[in-house]
Amino acid sequence: MKCEKCNKPATIHLTEIQGGKKTEKHLCEQCAAEAEGLPVKAHTPINELLTNFVLAHSGLSKEPGTACPQCGITWGEFRQTGLFGCEQDYAFFDKDLSPLLQRAHEGATHHLGKVPARQGGTNVPVKRQLDLTRLRKELARAVEAEDYERAAKLRDQIRQAEANPDSPS
Amino acid sequence: MKLSDLTSQAGEWLRGSGPMSEIVISSRIRLARNISGHPFLARCTRHQRQALEHKIRDTILTANLSLRTLYVDLEAAPEIDRQLLVERHLISKPHKDAEGARGVAIAENETLAIMVNEEDHLRIQVLRSGLQLEEAWEQINAVDDQLEAALDFAFHPRFGYLTACPTNVGTGIRVSVMLHLPGLKLAGEIEKVFRAAKDMRLAVRGLYGEGTEATGDFYQVSNQTTLGRSEDDIISDFRNVVIPKIIEYEHQARRALMSERAVAVEDRVCRALGLLRSARLLSAEETLAMLSHVRLGVNLGRVKDLDLSKVNELFLLTQDAHLQKLLGKKLDEEALAAARADYVRRRLGAA
Repeated sequence: MKCEKCNKPATIHLTEIQGGKKTEKHLCEQCAAEAEGLPVKAHTPINELLTNFVLAHSGLSKEPGTACPQCGITWGEFRQTGLFGCEQDYAFFDKDLSPLLQRAHEGATHHLGKVPARQGGTNVPVKRQLDLTRLRKELARAVEAEDYERAAKLRDQIRQAEANPDSPS
Repeated sequence: MKLSDLTSQAGEWLRGSGPMSEIVISSRIRLARNISGHPFLARCTRHQRQALEHKIRDTILTANLSLRTLYVDLEAAPEIDRQLLVERHLISKPHKDAEGARGVAIAENETLAIMVNEEDHLRIQVLRSGLQLEEAWEQINAVDDQLEAALDFAFHPRFGYLTACPTNVGTGIRVSVMLHLPGLKLAGEIEKVFRAAKDMRLAVRGLYGEGTEATGDFYQVSNQTTLGRSEDDIISDFRNVVIPKIIEYEHQARRALMSERAVAVEDRVCRALGLLRSARLLSAEETLAMLSHVRLGVNLGRVKDLDLSKVNELFLLTQDAHLQKLLGKKLDEEALAAARADYVRRRLGAA
């Protein structure tokens, strides 16, 4: 069946009964959205549907209506927009948030990276830690690629960086 | 510096001079930051939003980030100026269309832009030409340190930098590399890039980021994971693994095309150039598609009288807001198409 307004295939079928009189409309998604103001979302990806379903049934640890004492946002409100209301929300909704963070960040739940100076972070030790992380990864890749000459060099660099933390790696 | 100074030329990042610039258009890094003790923007009152904008604006302008910093008050700026900033990749589309107190600070030859009151209180961006991720990180890290000395950023030892959306939490970093991949597109092998990106948990988007389609064979590859990995780690994946691999694929595709379908490729390049040099009406889309072929022609040595920086510049300056700014008046669609064709013919030295 084709859309009444344009010639695209009709995927929305409306039946209206007004004063006992029945009218039918057949529209494509775009015309339905334009003419009838229907919020039609074309092709919701299956993973989004599943995510929403799983989240809705994931056994929320807080009462659905519990609001953050700082900004007043509830978990439900957050789920609608995907945006938190204040910095306290992360700790306040910790339990509900955890599975979501893991899905979004390859299973991670802890920050690894820059720390502001006023929080006790200095760039130097972080940099060293990062260098080591990078060297270890490169080593793993070299071994995987059976580039043993490079792997040996990297191993020495790692040993040196571990033994002598102040020298640049 | 005034906003109108920007219109006549491209920013540093489009100069086509950086490493790998025949394939890598630009390297971008952005950091999302919020100020502790203030609600995130979704929960700000009008007054709180204004207070935040003032505080951040003052901090940026007194922090001496650069000798010349241009601050644009986007609540007051006319639509065309805001569109111009989108076309130059200095603000996002949502930031252009939002309401309320907000702005952008632009410095260092447009390599640095700080959006104020976008989704987060601050979105710091560094944009550089070609593959320059390490340089971009060095620059943005220093700016972050400078701002941090004056602003108390919301941070949690376990969650890292706290952002309005948890998909950005942790490092708050988004690394994006813009690539021009006409060879893979022509060879019908662009799927390779999507697969490689997916394996590494990266997103592939169009020219203007989130929600935009890939036009003119431009693709933006960016990280999605921001928590549990360090900035260096994320950047090194791009520099050492993902981007070299995509560049290799593109080179392979170009070599194959040139050995098997050289005439067909040359035909496409020459037709595109012919069209751009003679058309009287040009839509933005057609211009982008044709310039993409010409750019490939320049890279393959098939177009001798043009260089990359000129072609790159045309991509930028033939967009709606730029043309209207250049001509100093508002134009309807057909007048724009005519103005665009005139401009392109003039710049390409048409007969």
